[in-house]
Amino acid sequence: MTARAAETEATERQLDIFEQAMDKRTVKGRSLYVDAWHRLKRNKAAVAGVAILLFIIILVTFGPMLNPWDHEIPDWDNYSTPPSLETGHVMGTDALGRDLFERVMVGGRISLLVGIIATLVSLFIGVAYGAVAGYLGGRVDNWMMRAVDAIYALPFMFFVILLMVVFGRNIFLIFVAIGAVNWLDMARIVRGQTLSLKNKDFIEAARVSGATEWHIISRHIIPNLLGVVVVYVSLTIPQVILVESFLSFLGLGVQEPLTSWGALVNEGAQELETAPWSLLFPATFLAATLFAFNFLGDGLRDALDPRDR
Amino acid sequence: MRAPILKVEDLSVHFRIDAGEGLFRHDYQTIKAVDRVSFELAPAETLGVVGESGCGKSTLARAILGLVAPAGGRIAWLGDNLVGKTEDEMREKRRQLQLIFQDPYGSLDPRMTVGQIVGEPLKNFFPSMSKMQVRERVSGMLKMVGLAPEQINRYPHEFSGGQCQRIGIARALVVNPRLVVCDEPVSALDVSIQAQIVNLLKELQKKLQLSLIFIAHDLSVVRHVSDRVLVMYMGKVMEINDSERIYRNPAHPYTRALIESVPIPDPKLERERARRALGGELPSPTHPPSGCVFRTRCPFAQDKCAAAEPPLEELEDGTRVACVRYAEIKGELEL
Repeated sequence: MTARAAETEATERQLDIFEQAMDKRTVKGRSLYVDAWHRLKRNKAAVAGVAILLFIIILVTFGPMLNPWDHEIPDWDNYSTPPSLETGHVMGTDALGRDLFERVMVGGRISLLVGIIATLVSLFIGVAYGAVAGYLGGRVDNWMMRAVDAIYALPFMFFVILLMVVFGRNIFLIFVAIGAVNWLDMARIVRGQTLSLKNKDFIEAARVSGATEWHIISRHIIPNLLGVVVVYVSLTIPQVILVESFLSFLGLGVQEPLTSWGALVNEGAQELETAPWSLLFPATFLAATLFAFNFLGDGLRDALDPRDR
Repeated sequence: MRAPILKVEDLSVHFRIDAGEGLFRHDYQTIKAVDRVSFELAPAETLGVVGESGCGKSTLARAILGLVAPAGGRIAWLGDNLVGKTEDEMREKRRQLQLIFQDPYGSLDPRMTVGQIVGEPLKNFFPSMSKMQVRERVSGMLKMVGLAPEQINRYPHEFSGGQCQRIGIARALVVNPRLVVCDEPVSALDVSIQAQIVNLLKELQKKLQLSLIFIAHDLSVVRHVSDRVLVMYMGKVMEINDSERIYRNPAHPYTRALIESVPIPDPKLERERARRALGGELPSPTHPPSGCVFRTRCPFAQDKCAAAEPPLEELEDGTRVACVRYAEIKGELEL
């Protein structure tokens, strides 16, 4: 029997087998992510973090729609009044008579947006850059990482002030500035992980299976990096929110009448003795968000840790 | 012998290692991981490759697949020289040349399902295949290696080591290769599972008319599967011989030492056996001995062994051996 005939026969046999197999229900595998999700659900702190985050996101998204006050226009009858249901200002007003609840919600939108967008920017640049440098290795890696070191050496505040001077004050500049600095960390972490991944047998197996380099990076390296990256993202978002707060505190961040949690905390701190509520509410929201992200990050790290498997 | 499907001539693979790093200069040392290895492989033949850890077996396998660049020599695959081919050209060749790995878990991407793992070579080599065709072929392949096709959506960590090795075999065979290089496919498995996997490979080889290069450091496994056996030591070929003859009548002192080191699973026989254990340490690969590399540990070594490197000579019965004293010590080597 020739090899060709044997092959045809084998294929026919496979078809029969396949038909039989279709009758049985295919068993669904539990992926590593599903396993991780089950572990995350058992972690009470992480679940609480997710719940708090969802609550805050829903509140800042829909809260202003239910609130009759505007974040810019003062209530001429109420300057610096404490929280009260009678006046309708549930978190009181600031020194200019603006509704604090409205301002905390609007500020929350800005703070979360900065956190998420700047992190996404750093995520895309950092993962692509780090994975390419780590996978190609050698001289390319050396030059790419020296470039990262050089950018890293720029003082962050100097960089931000320079951007402000050249382009004027603009909320998008903050996204750019923070994103442009944060991807450096991401690139370093991803490169380190890639270096350890590329010596694994399954990468060589992919080469033997006819995969191109790009295919290996996108289908094998990056999916295997996700565990680390997800954790790092959950810890970067609060860090970015804090950086934005710091910039706003210095007067380099968002500009009046727009606000952010950092700017509100700054204003509140100046009126601490006369109007403590104007510090208490934004600070509570800021702290709750930071805690929630950190608990979630810790939970994700534990859930995705391969040693647990 | 039939016309060879694979003909390796004087294949060498060298590695450079850092010996010290200064500010302005690098010092390198060269390791000859594979040094002028030659052999042939006939269609549907199994060649066993044995040798101690670090003797260059795996490097030889990777050089044949084009995964490491050879320093010299020829690899004639169906008359076409693979040495010096670009990565793109090699990729095309790997449809016919496949590799089975030693580590059953490490060689499977933990984030991919069995269906994706086994289907990957199909998608790469036959981009025109439809999803349904890929799925059919993968299911058939899983069945062929003794796995249930219903497990197609499962992940590697849900399988045992032996099952993972079956997945690796399915991935290698799914594109219908003509040569499969097995790089110690069973040394990471339990003894009972080893037999299953070895028998599966033998069965598939017969069914699909595959040529196999079977690398192992366990001689009893190699004896079971191989038609011929190649013995390596420090990157060089010591002996190539028929599987049956090599176990009865080794031609090289190193082959004899390897065979003698296999334990007999019977305490009485094991105690009665007169053993000449191989003394000494493996010499440093950066500074190999002059002449015959085995002379520092060889019980038959003489001054002339250090003088020149022994050539691989073909004897009248087809045995090939690299030993200058072969004719003198022939009688003493018999087991």
